[in-house]
Amino acid sequence: MNHNLFNYCLQLGDTSLILSHRIAEYCSKAPHLEEDLAITNVGLDLLGQAESFLKYAAEIKNDGTNEDDLAYRRKEKDFKSIHLSEIPNFDFAFIITRQFLIDAYNSLLFSKLSESNDETISGIAKKSIKEIRYHLQRSKEWIIRLGQGTNESNKRIQNAIDELWMYTNELFYDSESEIELSKEGTATLSSALEKEWRNITSRTILEAGLSVPENIHYSLQYGKDGIHTEHLGYLLAEMQHLPLLYPDAKW
Amino acid sequence: MDDPKKLAEFQEKIDADIKIEPRDWMPEKYRQNLIRQISQHAHSEIIGMQPEKNWLTRAPSIRAKKILMAKIQDEAGHGLYLYCAAETLGVSREQVLNLLHEGKAKYSSVFNYPAITWADMGAIGWLVDGAAIVNQVSLQGTSYGPYSRAMVKICMEESFHQRQGYEVVVSLAKGTPEQKQMAQDALNRWWWPSVMMFGPHDAESAHSNQSLKWKIKRESNDELRQRFIDKTIHQGEILGLTFPDPDLKWNESTGHYDYGKIDWDEFWNVVKGNGPGNKQRLNHNIAAHEDGQWVREAAIAYADKINSKTKTA
Repeated sequence: MNHNLFNYCLQLGDTSLILSHRIAEYCSKAPHLEEDLAITNVGLDLLGQAESFLKYAAEIKNDGTNEDDLAYRRKEKDFKSIHLSEIPNFDFAFIITRQFLIDAYNSLLFSKLSESNDETISGIAKKSIKEIRYHLQRSKEWIIRLGQGTNESNKRIQNAIDELWMYTNELFYDSESEIELSKEGTATLSSALEKEWRNITSRTILEAGLSVPENIHYSLQYGKDGIHTEHLGYLLAEMQHLPLLYPDAKW
Repeated sequence: MDDPKKLAEFQEKIDADIKIEPRDWMPEKYRQNLIRQISQHAHSEIIGMQPEKNWLTRAPSIRAKKILMAKIQDEAGHGLYLYCAAETLGVSREQVLNLLHEGKAKYSSVFNYPAITWADMGAIGWLVDGAAIVNQVSLQGTSYGPYSRAMVKICMEESFHQRQGYEVVVSLAKGTPEQKQMAQDALNRWWWPSVMMFGPHDAESAHSNQSLKWKIKRESNDELRQRFIDKTIHQGEILGLTFPDPDLKWNESTGHYDYGKIDWDEFWNVVKGNGPGNKQRLNHNIAAHEDGQWVREAAIAYADKINSKTKTA
């Protein structure tokens, strides 16, 4: 089995899986109906991306495992989602900021991955990038709308950006599988996306009348390496509830 | 009082199956009756998201989660069409939402029952959506144009939901003994609330006669209820499930199923607000609305800024 490719697919699939789960948690709680519809579209796209990557990971593993085994029967330490995707839905400002920071990252990552020499990865990336460009457009517009809206919305969105900024360190951390696979032209180094990501996010944050937080290096261990936030365990306990409670059942 | 001549012309149009459109003259009572019915229907879609949302984060496979998430999204979409249809009658979404939050507007009582196992996702799709479709197919022929057109679109999606729900029940009924028991238990809990969804018997239905005359409703509560029961029994029996009604039996002479006595005391008690979930459902919707207040205000303030910039430019 190609361990690096397997781990890399988990890294991509898990991040989308966990973020889509956070969006699922928000279902029926949006500020208005149109937003409930819009955010659910994003969640469904992410879940579809997760499914594609986990299917491919299961194929690589080639021992009868399927995508549901990977989503529902893996332990926390075997997940490779990034911390930012695990952050709970504290309020709409956090939800939008989390989405915007990841959308901007994904737009760069998936655009590179469209050129991967692995056909499955490039295929998933080509399909996903169309969705991600729409996601970024939407989250970017919300950042601007909230930044320029009222005093309260300005404060709330700035606070969310300040609070979540520490988790952006991980976006540019090169995991072992990325390092190995990028040598072969299969993956792309996360660190290579940093400059452009800072351009994209700064432009929007400044246009919104907000300030870009200082880039501090935190002492963190990362989700890409299987070390997670305290939040993930609860999320998995809920998500994996039925398959763990009824191990013999098929749904 | 409405002008008798206009009223007669209106009734002629109705009798000739000509749709009434927003700009057409209509009796005030017709308008009020429609506002009540369409907004109730919209609220039902929105409140109906909650029992399913309760299992969205515990859906047991990626496929099941995608289906459920898309289904709940469809319901939000149905709510949106219906609020828009109500707007064509001169009430804003905010007005009808306020009535809901003040407890002055109703929604389908069935959503006040709790969804306590995964099998409820099957039962809600199969039975609750199944009952809703019977009603909605009939409403495609309603006399008010925007409502009728919304129903056509909604029916197409609801029939998917019904099949998806039934698929969940099938997979459980064919699964492990525990899963089959889960399906039976869900049928036991959701059967009677679904049968009650059609409302009181015809003799006791407050709005029925006028609504039928104006073709707001096309068929009576009991006719629709009977159609739902007739089409559903076989679907359960084929899976080896039992309906919680000992009086249920095929009647050769009527060509319909006979069914037992409906517990109308429970129905009215839940309608009045004393069901297991009334407070919870309403509180959830109010809390979401209140939590979103600052976001809506910001969106309006931003739109105003953009508008005034374009005006001065």
